[in-house]
Amino acid sequence: MASITLDNLGKVYPGGTRAVGDVNMQIADGEFIVLVGPSGCGKSTLLRMVAGLESITEGEVRIGDRVVNTVEPADRDIAMVFQNYALYPHMSVRQNLAYGLKNRGTSKAEITRRVDEAAEILQIGQFLDRKPRALSGGQRQRVAMGRAIVREPAAFLFDEPLSNLDAKLRVAMRLEIKELQRRLRTTSLYVTHDQLEAMTLADRLVVLNGGQVEQIGTPLEVYRNPASTFVAGFIGSPAMNLIPSRAVPHLPGSAHAGIIGIRPEDLAVDPDGPIEMQVRAVEELGAQRLVHGHTNGADLTITLGSHADLHDTLRLSAQPEALHRFDEKTGKRLA
Amino acid sequence: MIENRPGLNALAHLVLILGVVVVALPVWVAFVASTHGPTDFMSGTVPMWPGPHLVENYAKMLDTGLSTSGTPPVGWMMFNSLVMALSIALGKIAISILSAFAIVYFRFPLRGLAFWCIFVTLMLPVEVRIVPTFQVVAGLGLLNSYAGLSIPLIASATATFLFRQVFLTMPDELVEAARIDGAGPMKFFRDILLPLSRTNMAALFVILFIYGWNQYLWPLLVTTSSDYYTIVAGIKRLADVVDGLPQWHLVMATAVLAMLPPVAVVIFMQKLFVKGLVETEK
Amino acid sequence: MKRTIFSNQLLPWLLLAPQLAITFIFFLWPAGQAIKQSFLREDAFGINSSFVGLANFTALLDSPEYLNSLKVTAVFAISVTVVSMGVALLLAVAVDRMLKSSRTYTTLLVWPYAVAPAVAGILWWFIFNPTVGVMPYVLEVIGYDWNHISSKTDAMILVVIASAWKQISYNFLFFVAGLQAIPASMREAAAIDGAGPVRRFFDITFPLLSPTTFFLLVVNIVYSMFETFAVIDATTEGGPAQATNIMVYKVYFDGFIGQNLGSSAAQSVILMLIVISLTVIQFRWVEKKVEY
Repeated sequence: MASITLDNLGKVYPGGTRAVGDVNMQIADGEFIVLVGPSGCGKSTLLRMVAGLESITEGEVRIGDRVVNTVEPADRDIAMVFQNYALYPHMSVRQNLAYGLKNRGTSKAEITRRVDEAAEILQIGQFLDRKPRALSGGQRQRVAMGRAIVREPAAFLFDEPLSNLDAKLRVAMRLEIKELQRRLRTTSLYVTHDQLEAMTLADRLVVLNGGQVEQIGTPLEVYRNPASTFVAGFIGSPAMNLIPSRAVPHLPGSAHAGIIGIRPEDLAVDPDGPIEMQVRAVEELGAQRLVHGHTNGADLTITLGSHADLHDTLRLSAQPEALHRFDEKTGKRLA
Repeated sequence: MIENRPGLNALAHLVLILGVVVVALPVWVAFVASTHGPTDFMSGTVPMWPGPHLVENYAKMLDTGLSTSGTPPVGWMMFNSLVMALSIALGKIAISILSAFAIVYFRFPLRGLAFWCIFVTLMLPVEVRIVPTFQVVAGLGLLNSYAGLSIPLIASATATFLFRQVFLTMPDELVEAARIDGAGPMKFFRDILLPLSRTNMAALFVILFIYGWNQYLWPLLVTTSSDYYTIVAGIKRLADVVDGLPQWHLVMATAVLAMLPPVAVVIFMQKLFVKGLVETEK
Repeated sequence: MKRTIFSNQLLPWLLLAPQLAITFIFFLWPAGQAIKQSFLREDAFGINSSFVGLANFTALLDSPEYLNSLKVTAVFAISVTVVSMGVALLLAVAVDRMLKSSRTYTTLLVWPYAVAPAVAGILWWFIFNPTVGVMPYVLEVIGYDWNHISSKTDAMILVVIASAWKQISYNFLFFVAGLQAIPASMREAAAIDGAGPVRRFFDITFPLLSPTTFFLLVVNIVYSMFETFAVIDATTEGGPAQATNIMVYKVYFDGFIGQNLGSSAAQSVILMLIVISLTVIQFRWVEKKVEY
């Protein structure tokens, strides 16, 4: 177990393309950190730099007190779970789990003990002698996790481990991963593009965009106080409304900001409300409905418990503390 | 099948049966000839059905051969062919898989040049560089040796490309997982890459065994001592008689023996054979 | 391109060493020697050699024997290619109609691939042997007096048959694979559009098969030019009167039997140029196949 420190970490490819720039963060021992962002934002590259699978061109990675920039992946005391699991197809589940330990010269008895223990935790005991191709997607996922667990590493690195599973299994495995991490208290770095996965798993999440860190914080901090329009639009579903302030001139503070952000659930129907919305589409979700429309030319979405019809005109209001103000040019949050 | 046209189906069967007969005809004739005695050819008409001398002819050729032609017993020539075919097939697989591994999994200066050197061998079949290659082999003292028979033929761009293709289609995560699991390059090669390439190696082996067994020009050049004659190259020496008629029944028995091993390989390993054939042409 | 690679610098060279050593010693060096030799001429005793520029090449192109060999090679290569591909396509189309029996037919048709060219030559030489062969006997019935030992045409027909026979199985396998790769829906659509089986073959199947056909065309030309040495040597030895003296056989004969090294080397260089251009054509095609 160990803390991980990223110090001015950056990566420039030989061609001159910048993948990651100037990342600074301190990951505490036992913390669960999720790196989240759209595809191409550099989150996987960042993870692979920690793993030692990508070279580091700027800054430092420290695991514990040790600078590991040039240390081989195998010697960094980390374990990784891959998106496609990367199980060795010709080895049985048991051999897959044992391979890393065997290469380290762990004793036979110790290997057996650890494999059995991991199999017990993950309930894959009955599959130990099967080949990966005889397993279902969810079972392969467990084996991939098992391969990480048996190593008893200082940190787990997860690279979109759930994105090859169907929706239902993904939710179940998400819970299991969370539970497992709580139990083992192993420092974890987890990459995903799914903001829901990020919100539910993370102690703290790191929102990345274009190779730069947009915001680091607990899920609630990030949700409540998004640092930029990018974070505001990325975290939360349905996404926050980002409206040019001239479309909503009657909202408090709109004179000082270029862009006003309001979460759909923070807008309420109010006959005296300052916003007038023409309804263009209604999506029925059962318990509630998503109502899409526009006000003064700006798109707007709200979640509504009550009924709404196409072409209705609704008047809406929002609490002053639910309004987020952003600079029009930089997209940064205004105090 | 789009529509059912019995006439067309019958025609297709007819074409195929005719094809099978034409393809098999020379081998049937050879087999029949190899079961007759020497006098059966004197009358001028060749028999179309097997005669009674099968065991006698084959036993004679395998065991003693035709000493008048200067060739050793066919059994011995078959052994030489086997050694040559196995050395070529295994040698090619070994050196090709190693170089494909180097080219795919490493980055080093002059990698491109090394790749091109291998590629160029594709354009230099032995037939176009006969004399100078012979001189090199003679200079190295490799005439009349198994090494001389096989080593010059084991460099192969085709096999290297095949393994390169196989390696390129293996997921990157496999080598990453192996590195995290503490496997260095050679350990990765032995524990992961080799087992995963097993069927490709087997398919390639089938093709290369046939290739090696069927070599003609090269053994003809580098063997002057009858101890190293191979059956495919030796068969012509049996048929070449200065005066009089060749001993057809014995020549044909030798021809049948010469094609038996590679044909058996194709028939019994048809799946691997087809896989190997298609893959090497990619 | 692999994302993750090993960083060792010496190891890849060790791995490449055997392949590169053999390539250099037995391929590149001799090829270089052949090129060098092609510009030299040895004296009558083979002791001294002098630089003669392109004299070996011009001598070749002035020699009626070499020009004859070029012509013979062209006739031979085209005949072998056309015969073996034509027969193979016919058989492949027939097998493509079969459901249950296609595997059996395939097995019965592919094995000649494994027969050595030299053995194929001996077999057909025996069948066509003027004194004891089956075919001359049959041909005599229809009034044709077969003799490949004296007739140039008969000799050429013999080596073409022997070479094409062996190659049918190879072409057959690739044609079958090519036919199976054509989606059934295409032919079904054409059938609905009212095209009969023959029309369908020429309008749909054959054009869609063209990548396979082109690929096989190159392979067969390479085969008939370079891999049929054994067929010629086992049957006609280039005769009668040079009628089957293809280029590869002539290189061997002039170099080994005739000991004319300069001329043989020049012929080697010309053959190299031919292989190189064929390889380039073939690889261009492979690039196309990826897009196809």
